[in-house]
Amino acid sequence: MNTPVYLDFQATTPVDPRVLEAMLPYFTQVFGNAASRNHPFGWDAEKAVDNARAQCAALIGAHEKEIVFTSGSTEAINLALKGVAEMYGSKGKHIITSLSEHKAVLDVAKHLEKEGFEVTYLAPDKLGRHSVEQIEAAMRDDTILVAIMWANNEIGTIQSIAEIGKLCKERKVLFMCDGTQAAGKIPVNVDEAGVDLMCASGHKMYGPKGVGFLYVRRKNPRVRLVAQMDGGGHERGMRSGTLNVPGIVGLGAAADVARQDLEKDAKHSLQLRERFEARVFKALDQVFINGDKDNRLPGCSNLSFAYVEGESLIMGIPELAVSSGSACTSASLEPSHVLQSMGVGDELAHSSIRFGFGRLTTEEETDYAADQIIRAVIKLRELSPLYEMALEGIDLSQVNWTGH
Amino acid sequence: MAYSDKVLDHYNNPRNVGSLDKTSNAVGTGIVGAPECGDVMKLQIEVDGDRIVDAKFKTFGCGSAIASSSLATEWLRGKTLQEATAITNTEIVQELSLPPVKIHCSVLAEDAIKAAVSDFKRKHAGEDA
Ligand SMILES: Cc1ncc(COP(=O)(O)O)c(C=O)c1O
Repeated sequence: MNTPVYLDFQATTPVDPRVLEAMLPYFTQVFGNAASRNHPFGWDAEKAVDNARAQCAALIGAHEKEIVFTSGSTEAINLALKGVAEMYGSKGKHIITSLSEHKAVLDVAKHLEKEGFEVTYLAPDKLGRHSVEQIEAAMRDDTILVAIMWANNEIGTIQSIAEIGKLCKERKVLFMCDGTQAAGKIPVNVDEAGVDLMCASGHKMYGPKGVGFLYVRRKNPRVRLVAQMDGGGHERGMRSGTLNVPGIVGLGAAADVARQDLEKDAKHSLQLRERFEARVFKALDQVFINGDKDNRLPGCSNLSFAYVEGESLIMGIPELAVSSGSACTSASLEPSHVLQSMGVGDELAHSSIRFGFGRLTTEEETDYAADQIIRAVIKLRELSPLYEMALEGIDLSQVNWTGH
Repeated sequence: MAYSDKVLDHYNNPRNVGSLDKTSNAVGTGIVGAPECGDVMKLQIEVDGDRIVDAKFKTFGCGSAIASSSLATEWLRGKTLQEATAITNTEIVQELSLPPVKIHCSVLAEDAIKAAVSDFKRKHAGEDA
């Protein structure tokens, strides 16, 4: 086993060797511009792009003509939200989204607010879920778009996408879904779910970084977008710019591998996560799962360790590459906006760590990670005045703290 | 984030971790910070006459907060109460090479020292020095 152990598969994934192999010829041999119409170099590149388009479409149950290649999910989200807002802004100015969305969605929403749109930010329940009733209650006559993610990147909570899709259809409101964490990890079918727009990203599914796609529904309803990148009219005018052929080939290959191995991968990650959590919970008290324990991404375990602070905890596990829910970089600590939106108290939010298990994670690494975190928590609790007070039976919420 | 060697040393081998009897007349206890801010320091001194003979700490907070309080206990031992309250956060910042974003950790340690001393003094208010 090599250290540090990589347990941050929600942040990014390594490129699968099968994917890399598929990509390599497209750097040096088949290097043509997919838009070149006059020679085989261009035709071969275009063929490869079309093949990748079909592979991406197959992963999410779409038609290949509904796939628009982008530089990743951030760009796809920008295109979807801004493109819809510009196209349908004369019909209505209201957009509904969630406080627990990725910054890529939240920041675009803020941008649209400055352009005169009204955005309702719904708070999820304490497991990170949104009910259809809550979304329905927020709908107005001038609502044009609902943007709710399929699965959350920090806590892994999976939303009832099909129910939300059905509601949006009934109300003739477009439904955009950030599928970055879901695509390739859990079954995703845009038709069954009634999703009108969805983004996905290569580097989250063992493909290369800097490439992704936006799914844009073609029928029932036909979604139209105002392009956000002007130029040569590539991607049916929706996204100009010479196509990143090797990247797109890699994205397609990654989607293909993910589709074929979906069940195997999910089972593997889930089994490791369960093994990890069982070991941690056996050794430590006062550990809490953030997110929907029974309905989360198979490889995602976001835990809060009461009475210890997140950054010191990360310091105590230098051999684990994980992500913390709090960033102590300034005088005022900023706990994760996702945990905050779910009403996880700041204290527990500060002590949260996301462990991500993926295709390459082994049982040995999983056990090692559990033992490392257990050791660090025990050590820090010995150091923690809060743990001592809690053991003495003091209710910490009743203490008159001297906040600074 | 990169930590200075001294911060890492205090984090890995914290000095004087523990608790003194907070009800004892010889002990002064300072608890500063708040859990929702991400750091709470408990610093205790045991005083004999005018001199600090023992100091203990427990800290909930980042590595720099732990190091600041650990260092404070080292410095407190053997000092008079007056010398103790003269310790400033800038000295802690210098000793541990804390970056600007971690200065609040040193401020908290200074506050904890002052709180512990004033708790001790409160217990002895009205007595002849
Ligand atoms: C849920 C979610 N949306 C969007 C993004 C942004 O994706 P990309 O890195 O492809 O721009 C990420 C990745 O950080 C994500 O996890």
